Amino acid sequence: MADISKLHELCTQVRRDILRMVYAVQSGHPGASLGCTEFFVALYGAVMKHSPKPFRMEGKNQDLFFLSNGHISPVWYSVLSRSGYFPVPELATFRKINSRLQGHPATHEGLPGIRVASGSLGQGMSVAIGAALTKRLNGDKRWVFCLTGDGELQEGQCWEAMLFAAHHKVDNLIVTVDWNGQQIDGANDDVISLGNLPAKWKAFGWDVLILEHGNDLEKVIAMLRRAKRRTGKGKPVVILMKTEMGYGVDFMQGTHAWHGKAPNEEQFAKAMAQLPETALGDY
Amino acid sequence: MKLSDIVSTGKKATREGFGAGFLEIGRQNPEVVGLTADLMGSLQMQHFFKEFPERFFQCGISEANMMGVAAGLATGGKIPYTGTFANFSTGRVYDQIRQSIAYSHKNVKICASHAGVTLGEDGATHQILEDIGMMRMLPGMVVINPCDYNQTKAATMAIAEYDGPVYLRFGRPSWPIFTPENQQFKIGKALHLASGKDVSIFATGHLVWTCIEAAQELAAEGISCEIINIHTIKPLDEEAILDSVSKTRAVVVAEEHQRNGGLGDAIANLLVHRLPVPMEYVGVNDSFGESGKPMELLDKYGLGKKDVLWAVKDVLDRKKG
Repeated sequence: MADISKLHELCTQVRRDILRMVYAVQSGHPGASLGCTEFFVALYGAVMKHSPKPFRMEGKNQDLFFLSNGHISPVWYSVLSRSGYFPVPELATFRKINSRLQGHPATHEGLPGIRVASGSLGQGMSVAIGAALTKRLNGDKRWVFCLTGDGELQEGQCWEAMLFAAHHKVDNLIVTVDWNGQQIDGANDDVISLGNLPAKWKAFGWDVLILEHGNDLEKVIAMLRRAKRRTGKGKPVVILMKTEMGYGVDFMQGTHAWHGKAPNEEQFAKAMAQLPETALGDY
Repeated sequence: MKLSDIVSTGKKATREGFGAGFLEIGRQNPEVVGLTADLMGSLQMQHFFKEFPERFFQCGISEANMMGVAAGLATGGKIPYTGTFANFSTGRVYDQIRQSIAYSHKNVKICASHAGVTLGEDGATHQILEDIGMMRMLPGMVVINPCDYNQTKAATMAIAEYDGPVYLRFGRPSWPIFTPENQQFKIGKALHLASGKDVSIFATGHLVWTCIEAAQELAAEGISCEIINIHTIKPLDEEAILDSVSKTRAVVVAEEHQRNGGLGDAIANLLVHRLPVPMEYVGVNDSFGESGKPMELLDKYGLGKKDVLWAVKDVLDRKKG
């Protein structure tokens, strides 16, 4: 495992990357990107066995990750590039014409690390399940990870996928829900309440884990490792991970306002002042 | 081949050809896997399931999830065949196909039965007539509509060799068999069924046989029809179409589909740029279907032999005029 202090530093750098990418094109989704930074750093830096080079679509004998809430592409792109999937300077092309870093993740331009397009919500869990079934058929003992938003669970396909995974005992799959309680139009509870989410997942036949502090890096790492130990027992595993949208920038925290909004010059300067430069360096 | 040499050797449903081909390709290629959304029997996938239960996934009545799971299986290197009715294979899951399969270029074979009005008594809710249009609009999607049992079986096996998304459309009713057993199926290669000089008839799916019957009747009146089976609507065999049309200078296109967006529009799009000639559509004219027997419905919705006869005569009048 990488030195934990290095991973903390990476979290800060990823947050700088997210803000710089979104600010540069005045578009993108900083809120949940900032909120999921610890999750991505934990997954790629400490939990998954993965091989950036050469990137292979099939990912045999590697852990695979599928992002269902594709709009948080800035955090994924930053972590992928800083894990060696593609050159860090390419982050400067985010959302620009002729870039491999599309607004929402895509395989179309051949960006290493991406295995399916996402953005239209509710689809990623199904794809992750299919990839997990392939591993089972191939006798491949590695895991498949998937991140989904909480508002995204309002899509009916998610519940179809939940039924399927439990019925077919897809127990090499670890789904994490970014449980920040927010979506574009406001709080989940004001838009369409998700109700008792842990009880619902449990009733659908999943092994449910709750992580109260999804922005605490050590706790995220520990929970992902715990989830791995819970696999192989006939049930798919879900982590309901409480995060704070906009975490790391005080005025972006805990509100849906920064779901899909770029900071202006003054806001950007204020945000960057809260995230000290790191030895990793800006792109 | 001469028109009079084309004979039916029996009748079977095209979906039975799919079931037979799916079992056969399952035996030949261990990467082939199957999925269904509670329609295993209707799609004739039970033969594969019995022999390869571990390679088959019952999804229940959850088509959206089925398309996503198929995309995931393809990501890992499997060759998934999804099986449900054409309506639920396309319109119901268009966005899943668009994002997780087509845009992501996943090697998923979307196998769709009970297409068109020949589904019969279940009525318009199930009789999709827009699926070819929806699927051929998706960049990179191959669209195939075979004409009989033997061709459907061959197509089902051939698509496993092609790396990319395919929409394979077939039907419910028992239908005349007239193409050879164990034929080679080449994606994108039109089949020249009969030579003629007055008019080119391009047909796909069930209506190929209808056009053969119509052409045999027209031959007795001295009208010479060239019949070409366009089993692959995308990619379209442009060369075969242009070769035929440059000779006949008149076109009839027949399909069990809306006139909007189907094979007719695909051919019109080609000809308007390259070789504009009089052309007629045999297809459903901007209407939903209804309950009834397959042949009654074909007749009522302008997809019968009489409609082909009318279209040929009309287009020949315009060609002279």
